[in-house]
Parts: sequence; structure tokens; C-alpha cells
Amino acid sequence: MAMATATDLPTIESKGFIHRNRMKIAPWLFLAPAIIMFLIYVILPIFQSMSISFYEWDGLSDPVFVGVANYIELLDDELFYTSLKNNILWLVLYMLAVPAGLFIALFLNQNVWGIRLYKSMFFFPFVISQVVVGLVFSWFYDPTNGILALIYGIFGGTAPAILADERYVTYGIIAAGLWPQIAYCMILYLTGLNNVSPDQVEAGRLDGARGWKMLWYVVLPQLRPATFIAVVVTVIGALRSFDLVSIMTSGGPYGSSNVLAYYMYETALSEYGYRMGYGAAIAVVLFLIMMVYISFFLYRMYRQEVEEG
Amino acid sequence: MFPRPIEKSSAATATTYKIALPIALIVWLLPLIAVMLTSIRSVGDINAGNYWGWPSSFNMVENYTSVFTNTPMFQYILNSLRVTIPTMAFTIVLSCLAGYALAIYRFRANMLLFFIFIAGNFVPFQILMVPVRNLSVDTGLYDTVTGLVLFHSAFQAGFCTLFMRNFIRGLPFELIESARLEGVGEFKIFWYLVVPLVRPALAALAVLQFTFIWNDYFWATVLVQGDHALPITAGLKSLNGQWVSQWHLVSAGSILAAMPPVAMFFLMQKHFIAGLTLGATKG
Amino acid sequence: MKFTIKSAVLGSAAWALASTAFAGELVINYDGSDPAPKAAFTKVIADFEAANPDIKVKWNLFDHEGYKTSIRNFLTAEAPDVAAWYAGNRMKPFVDAGLFEDVSDVWESAGYNETLAASAPSMTIDGKKWGVPYTYYQWGVYYRKDIFKDLGIEVPQNWEQFLAACAKLKENDIAPITIGTKFLWTAAGVFDYLNLRTNGYEFHNDLTAGKVKYTDPKVQAVFDKWDELIEPGYFIKNHATYSWQEALAPMVQGKAAMYVMGNFAVAPLKKAGLTDETLGYFQFPEITPGLPKAEEAPTDTFHIPAKAKNKEDARKFLAFLAQADVQTEWNETLGQLPVNSKSQVADDQFLKAGFEVLNNAKGIAQFYDRDAPAAMAKAGMEGFQEYMINPDRRQKILERLDKVAKRVYKK
Repeated sequence: MAMATATDLPTIESKGFIHRNRMKIAPWLFLAPAIIMFLIYVILPIFQSMSISFYEWDGLSDPVFVGVANYIELLDDELFYTSLKNNILWLVLYMLAVPAGLFIALFLNQNVWGIRLYKSMFFFPFVISQVVVGLVFSWFYDPTNGILALIYGIFGGTAPAILADERYVTYGIIAAGLWPQIAYCMILYLTGLNNVSPDQVEAGRLDGARGWKMLWYVVLPQLRPATFIAVVVTVIGALRSFDLVSIMTSGGPYGSSNVLAYYMYETALSEYGYRMGYGAAIAVVLFLIMMVYISFFLYRMYRQEVEEG
Repeated sequence: MFPRPIEKSSAATATTYKIALPIALIVWLLPLIAVMLTSIRSVGDINAGNYWGWPSSFNMVENYTSVFTNTPMFQYILNSLRVTIPTMAFTIVLSCLAGYALAIYRFRANMLLFFIFIAGNFVPFQILMVPVRNLSVDTGLYDTVTGLVLFHSAFQAGFCTLFMRNFIRGLPFELIESARLEGVGEFKIFWYLVVPLVRPALAALAVLQFTFIWNDYFWATVLVQGDHALPITAGLKSLNGQWVSQWHLVSAGSILAAMPPVAMFFLMQKHFIAGLTLGATKG
Repeated sequence: MKFTIKSAVLGSAAWALASTAFAGELVINYDGSDPAPKAAFTKVIADFEAANPDIKVKWNLFDHEGYKTSIRNFLTAEAPDVAAWYAGNRMKPFVDAGLFEDVSDVWESAGYNETLAASAPSMTIDGKKWGVPYTYYQWGVYYRKDIFKDLGIEVPQNWEQFLAACAKLKENDIAPITIGTKFLWTAAGVFDYLNLRTNGYEFHNDLTAGKVKYTDPKVQAVFDKWDELIEPGYFIKNHATYSWQEALAPMVQGKAAMYVMGNFAVAPLKKAGLTDETLGYFQFPEITPGLPKAEEAPTDTFHIPAKAKNKEDARKFLAFLAQADVQTEWNETLGQLPVNSKSQVADDQFLKAGFEVLNNAKGIAQFYDRDAPAAMAKAGMEGFQEYMINPDRRQKILERLDKVAKRVYKK
């Protein structure tokens, strides 16, 4: 490697030091840009938010330290509880995306003509922006012109105003969110199904396993990695449910479709908000909920890393 | 293969399946089909509530022209590209370097750093919102495309580093070892040996990033506000406030916003799915 | 190239030129995204540029709802040279935080202290003027003249007549009142009028200033009146689904007959096909007999952000926009009332009626969400919306509002 020696010609001493320690220094040089950026934009802000949550601050004048007052206020804030309740609803119902995705994947896991095109068309909703999904579903639910009104009309009924009724609104938004999420889970399972060992399936068949039994005892265990990823991305998707709420209802009517992610934004940055400290306190709560899942995920990754060495 | 291949079933089942497929697809994509149809309807149809019947006239050219001439849609699309493309490039550089370091070198903080990158990737945006916005305001990056690019690059570095690290780990380590024995510098190994090998991963990462960044709405709302920098997602939301009940325009705008990632997906499908399902087959 | 004094001089001259070119650009942020305001403002800018050929105006058009969030951001960060906003309490947080420029000098030199005297109080904080108003408009009841005529309904003068009119419309399968409460403030319009007519102008001010409780019997009395509209179902169904614009549709289609709204609703209603023969306006009817009538008439304004780069030209613009002839023409297109007392009110039945009503008003309220502090307004309007859907929760809502008020007004 003549080229290497020709260019690697700094002074002898420095070469000596760098050369001796290059295996120690090199990784840090490679890592430096990413670490610096990540530190500035992700790691430090987490701690800054935690600190801001102890202040009362409108973003205009100077912040005032208030201790845990923001958290105490949270405990007595109906809108916070509504948001929390809706977040749980999101978490639970969003999970439907996993079996639904599996179901569609099983349906599409065939070798007929054109199936590849079908698979990619089924995946479409995931590629589209949630803003578009939100707009489309808002219009679907429109009680005068939407498809829902049309369907009710056929049966002679009047469609409920899904997005204006506190009883249905969250379910309506979750349904919109499920559409792309199911597509996501589907693609994870399709890839997983590709890797299911044909031998084991055959062996199962010989043992007389069919249908559900085969799925449950033979196929699903092999799909565990796909299931794991599907659950993780679905949980994260559920907790990040900001876009759809913002587009479809802005948390309304009267806050009944709010979720923590949107409530935080509304408190801290929206027209009537600008309570940065209070918003930060909500964000901290959301962060702690998410940390449960992150820790779980990391623990599993850790075990796997250790096994692999 | 599971379920049992349809060609091995009875002819009746196979036929049913082949009929069920397109029907299922139409039902599944009904929202999109409706939007496409609406985007070519006339104002008359919209006002008459004719959303689902046959269009009284086809106004595709008119509607889309109207979107481009009466709104900053072109600017929004341009802004989205100005955010998306540099972010893609920048993130890939960051994560290749970092992923390489985490995959190849053994040092004490390795695992910790790796986990921090993963964890950061899952953090809720809201916990970053206020400080990142303040930082942008203080550095003059608020309401600029650059501000969005820098944030997205930094945040996405988490996921991309995880991705690159796992990919590079799968490369034959002996190649690197032997290059080292020959005395090749560390950066040269990275540049001449590793980068060519990770090209497929780069492609996968690029399409994924394109989609993620293009579709971002939250940060576009928080860090940008003027038409000069607003990406199409936030722009569409703002236009929706102006296009009251003009569903033909909303639909046309939505289609425009959806088009680039859909096109990207179709062109690079294999890479896209490979990127997205990384980890779904092993681990 | 060698660095010489000459090149340095040339360089700085070029820089100076560049910066004057920059100084000639005036950046304006404006929130009138509906067709009429947009067209009117385009014309104003063209006239301003014609009068000041050395100034190039660059204006950013914002979505009306989104603007209310954006302004916080751009005032603290990348400020334009001129920004649209609202008078009264709504501008107070920005003034308090030092984000608006004191423009008393513009008022002085342009003679506004005289011509804009009527709106001076709503533009003054700490004895200084913080912006220049360009338009205001009356609120009231807009109604379908033809429907009223067909059913033999007279324009109601008092509450009994109003309820009777509603009942009659309802009997004939026409929704008496249309409203779209998705963005909340429309409900506040109804609340304000019920309150102004039941309790009067001072009480409105006391309530928005946090001096009375929401559980006060006088507020309860307002809701008693509101009940009389809600219980028989006089508002359109599903109103929380609609924006104010979407709620115009039933009125255009003849499915609803009245709308408690601001005069800006006239332009879209006419564009959708209503005419002076089919669309009418009346003052919100009397509730408490003999109580002097106060009106809602929000004033829209322009301000110079403290961080503006080109304040010199911004002052020129502010001085320009309140000139009598400019406001005459502007408001004619806008379909609203000029603030300048020397301006002409357009020859339009709605504006003439509004002008009349406002001239005789006991007091002018800006609007619930402009008179009350932001956090209170948000909670209040959500409460109004919730109440309109679930009138049985009134007590719970009012107690919640008291709780919010306790926190908001403690500062």
C-alpha cells in the first residue's frame, strides 16, 4: 500500500504517539461528529426539559423557579387525566395492528401472479404522511359528506359526528392511525414469513398440525423476532400519536381526544398556551412512560448482544 | 411455506383467492382511491355533495393547476426537498462513521454509546421540543431550512447508527484485520474497504430517511413557520385552514404530498423493505 | 488581489449599498387568508409601493388560525418589520414582554390622535400607543330574510320574540341557528352576547378581568338563557365538527336561518350566492329590559415588532395604512368598518347598519378571547363548547373555570 505510506507522513513523534494509540483514538474520531450532534440535539435537551419543568415560564419573560408546583398542578388537571386515559386507549387499541398485520401478511403470503404488486400496494398507507391520512379520515368521518354518512344513509340512518363526539372521537382517530400501522406490521411479518423454515412447517404437517395449531405452535414461534419489532414500533407509534390528533381534532372537542404528546404541545406552544414549564412537566411524564418500553427493549438487545459476544 | 400454497388447494379455493385479492385491495385502499377521485372533481360536484358518484366532469388539470398557482405548494415541495435531501446525506455520513466505530472497535464505552443511540431514537419528541426550539431561536436557526436539517440529522443519527453498526458487524471482519496487518490506516480501511461494502445498506437507509423526513410534521410545526421554509406536510395543514370545504383542492394537495415518498418506495422497494425489516428476521 | 484602502472603501460602499437595498425591503406578516382580506391587502400593498417606489414589500400570508401561534414564535425569533394582530388585552403580553415597538410618534405625526381617537383606548398601554388599527367590524345576528318572510317572522327585538322566531323555524324543520364550534371562539361570541345583554358591559369587563367568579349567579343567569336555546335544539347538530366557514353552508342552503357572527361572514355568504334580498342583519336582541346595549366589535391592527430590522419603512407603512382614503378603500373590499373617523363607510346595508349600531353602543367589547387572558380564554371557550354539547355539565364546567381563573389571575 504505497499510497498509504506516502500520505501518512507526519512528524515522527506524533506518528509514534498516534500510531501507538491509534486503536484507542480512531473510534472516537469516527464517533465524534455523531456524538456531538446527538448530545446537542437529543441528550442535553432531555435534561434541559427536566429542568424547565421546575419553572414557570411563558417564553417571553424570565423563568421563575416554582419547584414541583407544575407536577402538583398536573395531579389536579382534568385535561391531563383525559390525555393519559387516551394514551392508554391508544396503547391498547394500537396493538390490534399486530394481529391485523399478521392476518394480512398470511393472506398475502402466496405465490400467485402479481402478488408482489399486491404486497407493495397493501403497504402504501405506511409510506404516506400522517397529515394526509388525517385529512383523508377527517373527510371520511364528515357527518354530512363523508363515506360514513353515505353508509349510514344507505341503511336509512344518520351518521354520528365521530370527530365531534367525545364518546367516539379517540376511537375514530385511532382507527385512522391503525391503517398505516397495520401496513407496517404486515410488511414485518411478510419478511418474517419468508424466513420461516419450510422443513419445520413440513414436519408440523406430518405431525398433523394444521391451520390455527400450525400457526400457533410452529409458525408464530419462528416469527418472534418480527412480533417483537412489530410490538416495539407499535408502542412507540401509539405514544407518538401527535400528527393525527393535531390534524383531525386539535385535541377537541373540549380536549376529549387529547393525548399527552399533543397536550404538551398545546400547553407549551399553541395559541393559548405558552406555559413552557408546565408543558415540560407533561413531557417528562410522557418520557417516563416511554422509558419503561425503552428499558425493556434495551434489556432484550443487551441479552442478545451478550449472547452473540 | 405457511399458509399452504394456494396452488396446492382445490381449483375453487384458488379462484376464490384470486378474486378476493383485488377486492381486498380496493377496500384497503378505499380512502386513497376516494382522494384521487375527489382531486379530479369539479367545484360543482363538491358543492352538490357528489363525492362518491361518477364525476360530472374531470377537472384534474384545473384542480392541480389551481393548487400550484394559488398557493405556495411549489415552494412547499421545494422546501421539503431542501430539508430531506441534505438530511439524508448528512445522516448517512454521521451514522456510517459512528456505526463503523461501534461495529469494529472494542472499547469500554462501546455498548453504552450504542444503547444511548438506540434509546435516543425512541425518545418522545415532546421532551426535546422546548429546548430544541430555544436553541434554534438563540442560534438564528429558527424558521430556517438549515435548522430543520440539523435537528433531523442529529435525531436520525440514532436509528441510522444502529442500522449501520449492525450491518457492518455482518461484514467479514477478516478483511479489516488483514488490511490492518498490511499497515493500512484506519480511515483508509473505512473509506476504501468498508464504504464500498455497505453500499446496499446506504441505499436502504437513504430511502427510509427520505420517507421519514418527508413525512415529518411535528418538527416542521415547531421549528419553522414561514412559507419560505415550511415543508409540504405543515404547508398542507396550513392550506387546509384556507381551503375550507374545498375537498377537491385538499385532495389534490394531499396527493401531491404523498407522491414523492410513494414514488421513492416504488423505485427502491427492495431496499426500503430491507431497511425497514432489519431486525425483524434476526434477534 | 492586494488589500488596499481603496478596495476597502469600495467594499464597504458596496456593502452599504447592499444594506440600503436590504433596508428598502419591508417584510409584513399578515393573517388574512380568506379571499376578501387577501384581495384587499394585495391592493393596499400595491398602493403603498406606488406611493413609496423605493420600498419593496414582501408579505407572508398566514392561515388565520395558525397565525395566532406563529406570532409568538416570530416575535421572539425572526421578526418581520410589520405584523398584524389585535387590539386590547390580546396585545398586552407582547407589550409587557417588550416585543412591540412604541409607535406613539406615528400617532402624533400622522394626526391619528384625532382621527383614530375612538380606538385610542384599545391601543394604549401605559400611556403609549403600540400599534395602528386598520379595521373593525360589528357582530350581531345574520339571518335569511327570505326564510323569515316566508314564515312570517318579524326581526326580533327582545328575547321572547327571538325565542318565538326560533320555535317557528324549528317547527318548519329549519335549524334556527347555525354555528361551527370546532375552533371554539364562535361559541364565545354567543356567550359574550348573552352576557352583554343579560348583565351589561361592566360585567363583561369584570368577568374577563377575573373580578367575578364563573359560579356567580349572574353568570348562571347567562347560562339559563343559553339553556333556552340549547334545550329545544335551536343550534345545528354536530356543530363541533365544523369550522365557522363550514357552518355557513347550512345557511346558504336554507337549512338554517341565523348565525351569530362578525361581519366578515357577509363576504363568503354572498360569494356562496346570498344577496342583499336574502341575507339580513339585526342587532342581538334585548334580554334584560332597559339595559344599555354594548356590542362586540373586535379591532384588527398592525404593529412593529421590537426586533424588526426596517423600522423606518415600517413606520411609513403604519402611517400609510390608517389614512382616511386608504381605510375607506381597504374596508370597502374587506366588507368592514374603517377606524379612521374621516373615512367613508362603504355603501352597503350591513356596514351601514353596523356603523349605526356601534355608534349608539354603550360600550365596545373586543371579544371574549381578546379581553380575557389567553389561558383563561382557552379554558373558557372549551367549557362553552362542552356546555353546548352537554348542557347538564354546566355546574362542573363553571367550577372548573373558577379553578383555572384562580391560577390565571393570581399573577
